[in-house]
Amino acid sequence: MTGLAIAAHGLRKSYGDKVVLDGVDLTVPEGTIFSLLGPNGAGKTTVVKILSTLVTADAGDLRVGGHDLAADPQAVRAAIGVTGQFSAVDGLITGEENMLLMADLHHLSRREGRRVAAELLERFDLAEAAKRPASTYSGGMKRRLDIAMTLVGDPRIIFLDEPTTGLDPRSRHTMWQIIRELVTGGVTVFLTTQYLEEADELAHGIAVLHDGRIAAQGTAEELKRIVPGGHVRLRFTDPAGYRSAASALGEASRDDESLVLQIPGDGSQRELRALLDRLDAAGVEADGLTVHTPDLDDVFFALTGGAAVPAPSKEIVR
Amino acid sequence: MSTLALAVRDSSTMLRRNLLHARRYPSLTLNLLLTPVMLLLLFVYIFGDVMSTGMGGADRSAYIAYLVPGVLLMTIGSTTIGTAVSVSMDMTEGIIARFRTMAIHRGSVLVGHVIGSVLQSVASVVLVGAVGVAIGFRSTDATALEWFAAFGLLVLFSLALTWIAVGMGLVSPNAEAASNNAMPLILLPLLSSAFVPVDGMPGWFQPIAEYQPFTPAIETLRGLLLGTEIGHNGWLAVAWCLGLAVLGYLWSAARFDRDPK
Repeated sequence: MTGLAIAAHGLRKSYGDKVVLDGVDLTVPEGTIFSLLGPNGAGKTTVVKILSTLVTADAGDLRVGGHDLAADPQAVRAAIGVTGQFSAVDGLITGEENMLLMADLHHLSRREGRRVAAELLERFDLAEAAKRPASTYSGGMKRRLDIAMTLVGDPRIIFLDEPTTGLDPRSRHTMWQIIRELVTGGVTVFLTTQYLEEADELAHGIAVLHDGRIAAQGTAEELKRIVPGGHVRLRFTDPAGYRSAASALGEASRDDESLVLQIPGDGSQRELRALLDRLDAAGVEADGLTVHTPDLDDVFFALTGGAAVPAPSKEIVR
Repeated sequence: MSTLALAVRDSSTMLRRNLLHARRYPSLTLNLLLTPVMLLLLFVYIFGDVMSTGMGGADRSAYIAYLVPGVLLMTIGSTTIGTAVSVSMDMTEGIIARFRTMAIHRGSVLVGHVIGSVLQSVASVVLVGAVGVAIGFRSTDATALEWFAAFGLLVLFSLALTWIAVGMGLVSPNAEAASNNAMPLILLPLLSSAFVPVDGMPGWFQPIAEYQPFTPAIETLRGLLLGTEIGHNGWLAVAWCLGLAVLGYLWSAARFDRDPK
């Protein structure tokens, strides 16, 4: 093994005249979460479809799980599990029957199949609903069943195409927890998302797909550095406190009229703590503290040079 | 696991899935049985006297004997519309995309549909046949071998139409389109010797009626069950079945192997 779960070089795909992927390069080390970020229509789903053998690429040197996609798709299929954007469960049969169907297709013995199905249904909180037709499940339950089905064959590499789109906040957090647990078992996760927050939360490596190309690649930290505008805002009512804070935080940009200081940064816990420590040391207390994080819009405006219209930054009041 | 063992195992898994669908949602299959049963009753009890007179003065029971073999083959045509519909519905489901990304035998999805559909056709033929017997159909001196051959013909005919229907289902974007595309499977028997002998049709039309797939199969089934003359119809029927089955198989396999949209 090369230590790379997925390696794509020069991946191209067109549908008719429309070029969807125009030379995409990606590498995903084993046992990591990789997030492909991009707006609707960027080609994220096409990348997943190609890497999961569903659709053939026009060109590119593609290896998944150490196998060449073009030469040995069946070996790739044996190594992967896929949960697409649209629910891939059989709605006409029950959740349990869906699981047993997967067990049969992975050629598990009857006893082993029942054990795995029961275990996964339990783990994904579906044991109670197991005997109901999958078409009666809520969106979050369907998504969980979908992932549970993907896990039946114990895949080493898992593709998740927008796993949290359309989920309520609670289900989204459950999904994040599930994804984190997967990697602790040594599995590689390739996930697509529209949300920087999600990639930030989960991924070791992030690539931003734009217009069929990788516009930027790196860790969440590295990406955010591309984006100007991430900062902590401190608001004061007392001019004396404002002045001593401003001198304690030399790098802050000042707004003397409204008594506001802006300190560039990503608002991470570590950074905030350091900032608060410095304020404490200076003996001042801010009346308001706001963290402004750049979001995907900002990243795109920064990456594509279309910064003429500044995107409204997302505010998280802490 | 060898390729063959894999193919058999995965196909039987897919077959179980399809039979489960059919068992949970029998309404589609049962609805499709209505057409042949209604036509059978209509032609026997409403048009029966006129038809028998027109065909040489025999009584109504003679017309029942004439009609039932045709209706049985029509039942197969009708059931396979359900196949086209369920295949097209299946293809729009995400689960098929999942199957395509799994290391399973590629043809098993379609083979599961085909075997399931042939079994449903046979079950439908038995049900419609029971209605036929209930209203007075009796075979005349058919031997065990002839019964066996009749059964074989019905299975082979279902197989042929089913593969064609699978192809129709694969090229149809949705269930409505699939149902429309599969209409010839239920219209063709109306233009065959199922209800009236080909001799009674306009001269220019006779060759069409005589050589389309349904007529040779119907004449062969009549011959086996009622002892009428089979002649070249036996070979024609088998040739049609094999030809359609192979054509339908190649068509379906090629469509299924294409990249999904």
